[in-house]
Amino acid sequence: MPEYISTIGLEIHAQVRTASKMFDGCSADYAGSPPNSRVSVVSLGLPGALPVVNARAIEYAALSGLALNCTVNQRSIFSRKSYPYPDLPKGFQITQYDEPLCSDGWIEIRLASGATRRIGIERLHIEEDTGRLIHADDGSSLIDYNRSGVPLMEIVTRPDIATPEEARLTFEKIRQILVWIGVNSGNLEEGALRCDANVSVRPAGQAAYGAKVEIKNINSFRFVERALAFEIQRQIAVLEAGGVVTQETRGWDEFRGETVGQRSKEYAHDYRYFPEPDIPPLVLSAEWIAARRAELPELPDARRARFESGYALSPQDADLLTLERPIADYFEAAVAAAQAVGGTPKDVANWVLNEGFRLLKERNEPAVRLVERMPVAHLAALIDLVARGAINRNVAKQVFEASFDSGADPARLVAEQGLTQISDSAALASVAREVIAANPRVVAEYRGGKTSAIQYLVGQMMRATRGQANPQLARELLEAALAAEQ
Amino acid sequence: MTDLHTLTVAAARVALAAGTLSSYELTEALLARIQAVEPRVRAFITLTGEQALAEARAADATRRPDSGPLHGIPLAIKDVICTNGVRTTCGSAILETFVPPYDATVVSRLKAAGAISLGKLNCDEFAMGSSTETSAFHITRNPWDLERVPGGSSGGSAAAVAALMAPASLGTDTGGSIRQPAALCGVSGLKPTYGRVSRFGLVAYGSSLDQIGPFARTVEDLALLMQVIAGHDPRDGTSAPVPVADYCAALSGEVRGLRIGVPGEYFVEGMEPGVEQATREAIAVLRAQGAEVVELSLPHTRYALPAYYIIAPAEASANLARFDGVRYGPREPGESMWDEIELTRGRRFGPEVRRRIMLGTYALSAGYYDAYYKRAQQVRTLIKRDFDAAFAHVDVIAAPTSPTVAFKVGEKLDNPIAMYLSDVCTLPINLAGVPSLVVPCGFSQGLPVGLQLIGRPFDEATLLRVGDAYQRLTDWHTRYPAL
Repeated sequence: MPEYISTIGLEIHAQVRTASKMFDGCSADYAGSPPNSRVSVVSLGLPGALPVVNARAIEYAALSGLALNCTVNQRSIFSRKSYPYPDLPKGFQITQYDEPLCSDGWIEIRLASGATRRIGIERLHIEEDTGRLIHADDGSSLIDYNRSGVPLMEIVTRPDIATPEEARLTFEKIRQILVWIGVNSGNLEEGALRCDANVSVRPAGQAAYGAKVEIKNINSFRFVERALAFEIQRQIAVLEAGGVVTQETRGWDEFRGETVGQRSKEYAHDYRYFPEPDIPPLVLSAEWIAARRAELPELPDARRARFESGYALSPQDADLLTLERPIADYFEAAVAAAQAVGGTPKDVANWVLNEGFRLLKERNEPAVRLVERMPVAHLAALIDLVARGAINRNVAKQVFEASFDSGADPARLVAEQGLTQISDSAALASVAREVIAANPRVVAEYRGGKTSAIQYLVGQMMRATRGQANPQLARELLEAALAAEQ
Repeated sequence: MTDLHTLTVAAARVALAAGTLSSYELTEALLARIQAVEPRVRAFITLTGEQALAEARAADATRRPDSGPLHGIPLAIKDVICTNGVRTTCGSAILETFVPPYDATVVSRLKAAGAISLGKLNCDEFAMGSSTETSAFHITRNPWDLERVPGGSSGGSAAAVAALMAPASLGTDTGGSIRQPAALCGVSGLKPTYGRVSRFGLVAYGSSLDQIGPFARTVEDLALLMQVIAGHDPRDGTSAPVPVADYCAALSGEVRGLRIGVPGEYFVEGMEPGVEQATREAIAVLRAQGAEVVELSLPHTRYALPAYYIIAPAEASANLARFDGVRYGPREPGESMWDEIELTRGRRFGPEVRRRIMLGTYALSAGYYDAYYKRAQQVRTLIKRDFDAAFAHVDVIAAPTSPTVAFKVGEKLDNPIAMYLSDVCTLPINLAGVPSLVVPCGFSQGLPVGLQLIGRPFDEATLLRVGDAYQRLTDWHTRYPAL
């Protein structure tokens, strides 16, 4: 069996988070709204309605283009893409065709192997979303136009993607960037971000690409990887059997775990693109584009690099702390607060990644909830308590969890529950004597040369003090008492 | 006063302001006139007489010295312009039951100025035609000869004004749809510069060519209406943020020193001699008043018609895609969703509309775009340059409006090319986007002829000045058909 090379390109549709729709003042915030309650003359495409470009949507799209290292074109034009479908109330979609807003960018993905790959972005253009058709059980179809006219960016990668893993990473990276700069909610379940994948395979050594199959509407990262893995194997099997791969559109059936050919007439169209006569060419000045560039925040990759070098974090920790911008911001604010009380960036990273993320996972909450669960002031207070020796690490973990769940200030929790570490030598010395008296066998082992037996005695002291003993001090006092009694 | 229906907008304004006339009396008089002649002319699709009377009563009650410029003045509106709560059909069976939930910007502006609507006027289906015969509702007759067409597509708008059923009306012009019927019905009509008047609420035919404009019996009245409807509209991305001149103040009656160009290409082969004669005599009148008349050439004129019949149908093929019976308008029952859509479109669009949808679809289809649509746009650029070059030398271009006077009902309906040729002198103006005014300038075979005056972009003021000056010197515009 010859080796096969797969070639993948993604088309990602991302809703732009504007208050109003792409071509009029109609509210774009339709999540949870009753059907057809976020509609207007324009978004319903009523006779006589005209589109007027949403300036904020253009700003956000340009910002996205810059974040994806694209050129923002000073001139771009809108076009009409004609296809009949009832979810498209005008019978055509206003989109951009041969002169898009942004072109020629790239992103970098980091593979599980640690290697990085650069994936080209062919273009980013702006268009309008469609309504949604719901087929009822009785055979009738219902249409909800709330989504109709919501601003959408279509981001098209170059066919630089070689594996399903790279495809998933590309989709994830683009999502991360768009959410990071605040132009997209990142919500795949609600359809705020959707992915189509084009894939072909060819035997190694063959220059010409194989027939391209488009897989439509894949709405999770996992499915992108699985759908492509399935489709690549399917195409290879067709070629192995001496068959020919047909250029077609397929859908991902998540229940069967297969891609399925779509013979529906909705995909067999000549779109008859032509320039939208209702919208003059979009002309952006160099100054305007420079202003967008100036608005661009530090992007996740740059921040990760800075976290690694500036805070001496491991690549893994830096990666986890820069997945989402609120977490990265939170981390930096916490570092500043912690350093003021003698904590280190590593302390903060450990608390966030070990305790914070663990609890979030247990409570089934998204990472950004940490910002509210454990405000910077609380985390800093906790680090302060540990640094001052007021509580030990084990108690601190309990306090973290209690604070995480109740929202209470760790200092108050420690005070109220009497959790302060016992560092009083006189008090602990008497506990040490009691422990020694109660454990003659262990004491004998220790004296017999098994010095590690002291760990057990320290544990007994911690137990006797409900974990509040300063473990270091407890050990010292035990050692001193054992030596004295000899 | 027994002939209140003959009042112009300007005269009615004076009488209303002086208190010698009430809006109710005026509206009643016009409705009486409509009752008398409309059964023969059939200019309206929808009459809103009761509503008009109620609005007139309210206008009388609310009249103040600073009331709007059209306070209490009844007008009528072409049925391709959306009116909130009043059926808007576009002359098509596919919109037979469509009641818009909003007003077009021009309608809002007219209402804000105090105007009253008498109803919605007949037109060719979706403004596609030159005779008002393609309306799905009925044929409108030319008030000068009921055997003849009023022109089109705004035939109802022209006929209503010519038949004294309304002092003024709104029409639309994509390739001559205001100017040709104005000429054929012996009234004045203005197609403004593309972008001068908002298209928001105008059901689109050829989006890059459509403009709304006024019909009236005098140029002065056109100026009054233009003052109200012209201006930038943030809801129309193609409306121009260019300041609006004071059109009434521009009517100085003066044409001395004006340079008028006469393009040889517009006196086309086969033109009716009486039309050419009336046109040349009208130009001579202006020359006699001190205007300088020069011959000029607009060399790409002959390519305007083929370019137009690619661009307009191409845009229309997309504009009309939304009419599928799913959201509004009647729906033909069928076996499935697709079946219903196909039956609704197949049965409820008329033959001319179907022809243009097919023309446009073909011109835009894969592999033909460059040969047709792109080439037509290149031709359009050449036509624009013709006008740019001409206006470097002249202030106004004077030309015939239509090669013939009104033709007989049915005469050209089965011959699309002959019908299309009726607009040969008006199409280039839409392709260039420049403004153009038509005023009555005589008769040929006893039927009206219109002089077409073409101006620089956004220089409606000069056109109105010249047209008004001409009407001060002639009385063609004061002649009414005997109905």
